[in-house]
Amino acid sequence: MTVQGSIKKLVRIPTRSATGGKREARAYLNPYLAGILLGVVLFSSFFLTGNGLGASGGMNRILVWGQDTLVPDHVDRTAYLLEMAGGETNPMDSWVVFVMLGVIVGGFTSGWLNGRFKIETNRGPHVSVKMRWMLAFIGGAFMGYGARMARGCTSGQALSGGAVLSVGSWAFMFAVFAGGYALAYFVRRLWH
Amino acid sequence: MPFPLNLEDLLGHWESYLVSLAIGIAFGVVLEVAGFGDSRRLAAQFYLGDMTVLKVMFTGIVVAMVMVFAASAVNLLDFNLVWVNPTYLWPGIVGGLIMGVGFIIGGFCPGTSLVSAATGRLDGLFFAIGAFFGIFVFGETVGSFEDFWYSSYEGRYIIPEFLNISTGATVVILVLFALFAFAFAEQMERIFGGADLKKAPKWRFGAAGTLLASAVVVMLIGQPDTDDRWNTIKDEKAPMLANRDVQVQPGEVLALMRDDRINLILLDVREEADFNLFHLLDAVNIPADKIPNHLKDFRAKSANTVFMVISNDEKAATEVWKTMVSESVPNVYLLEGGINNWITVFADADFKTATPVESRADDALAYAFTSALGSRYSMANPNPDVFQLEYTTKVKLQAARGGKSGGCG
Repeated sequence: MTVQGSIKKLVRIPTRSATGGKREARAYLNPYLAGILLGVVLFSSFFLTGNGLGASGGMNRILVWGQDTLVPDHVDRTAYLLEMAGGETNPMDSWVVFVMLGVIVGGFTSGWLNGRFKIETNRGPHVSVKMRWMLAFIGGAFMGYGARMARGCTSGQALSGGAVLSVGSWAFMFAVFAGGYALAYFVRRLWH
Repeated sequence: MPFPLNLEDLLGHWESYLVSLAIGIAFGVVLEVAGFGDSRRLAAQFYLGDMTVLKVMFTGIVVAMVMVFAASAVNLLDFNLVWVNPTYLWPGIVGGLIMGVGFIIGGFCPGTSLVSAATGRLDGLFFAIGAFFGIFVFGETVGSFEDFWYSSYEGRYIIPEFLNISTGATVVILVLFALFAFAFAEQMERIFGGADLKKAPKWRFGAAGTLLASAVVVMLIGQPDTDDRWNTIKDEKAPMLANRDVQVQPGEVLALMRDDRINLILLDVREEADFNLFHLLDAVNIPADKIPNHLKDFRAKSANTVFMVISNDEKAATEVWKTMVSESVPNVYLLEGGINNWITVFADADFKTATPVESRADDALAYAFTSALGSRYSMANPNPDVFQLEYTTKVKLQAARGGKSGGCG
């Protein structure tokens, strides 16, 4: 990242993820600077397409595409799935699928170029690797379920709806933080 | 207001998604350079020692917000066409609480887990698989609590409407709120994370000042009202009225009334008294001065919707046409010659000779009605086989541009 290279002097945060590999991982960007870049990307999305960003919606549609391939009759009998993949409707025919694919490509490219790509499992000091995988799966399941209930995840609701002043998105955002903080104390051994 | 672009027309259907792909790549890069591929960094948010999540998120939100409303203020971006997540208050709050639980247990949100998995993190991969599982379970169970899932619906509902203040003032308040949150976050990092604030870059104060100043400027310019909007599109749209491109002849309206592929809305904008005397079958009566209250609903109609604005002659209908076109309602037309011309074309000879009004004001009824029979006249729904009318086709369905569905649609 040349942008990051030129900005590096501005950033004085120490490297947090030492890889131990041959190439040293570069430090992450200053959070405010990353936020400004995020804001510019989000604005560009609204400005060009009229839509914000999204992630779980793309995951949803890829899943429904799988269901539609394996059990099309079931999809045609379930109202929620019908809307995305009923009959001839192609669930992949949506901008959010492509944003999601882009996130994977962009995340990989940036990680690779900055020497931060590494096969590893990030976990708290008191959690075994297998335990961490299990917790990640359980957390993911909660997250996936909640995201569909709320009609959007952190990207699609909090970021996108927040920037265009949606009342529901702001209420949602506070609820996510409230849920996290409410439980944080009780699960502190997972992370410390 | 040239933006958002009609990408489907410019690039083609599937090709237009390349723009989304590019935006997604940029989004993925930003999430990665922010450090959001590392679950420990994300979870740290909830233990107050490292508030990166809050800083990045709120900065992103307020920067995008200021830019969106600045672009809208100078008539570059049509905010009516920007997708605003509809408010379903309680499903959003309950879903948010569930997500908060998932966040602290799993250490990610869906987007960041993808970045994490893409940079080799196995916990990110397991989280993403779990998210797929959760989404699957939701799809299979939502049928059992659909009433709740569709409850507390407010549609497109933004904070300025909720607080009853201007959009610009809301932008300033939210920027101040974010700056306050950042100051709070930095104190938390100092107390719980041992961060030395003197080592934090000084440019962040300049950036905060610039952001706040921009928000104040956005507030001072204000958002465009209907008249401002008409003035920016007048050069393009006024000739359509003058060339009579949008005044639809009765014969075509009659054909549209029988076209099942078109969702035709016969929008009768006369006063209720005139409407009660006579109107077209299935016409809806919204007097011209009440139209502004319905624009949001009009914009939310399906893509095959055609609005046919109707007044006694054309005056009121033309004004309503301008309002609706200015406010980004697609596919708006008006009935040529209004109700009076409709009666002239479709009423039987007896009615026309018995009831003409001698002298009348512009846009008043040209025929006298003795009773308020509404649409219970045969001319309210004429038989097209009897009237073999010739007409020039004017109605062309335009693909709507702008945001189509929410972040997770």
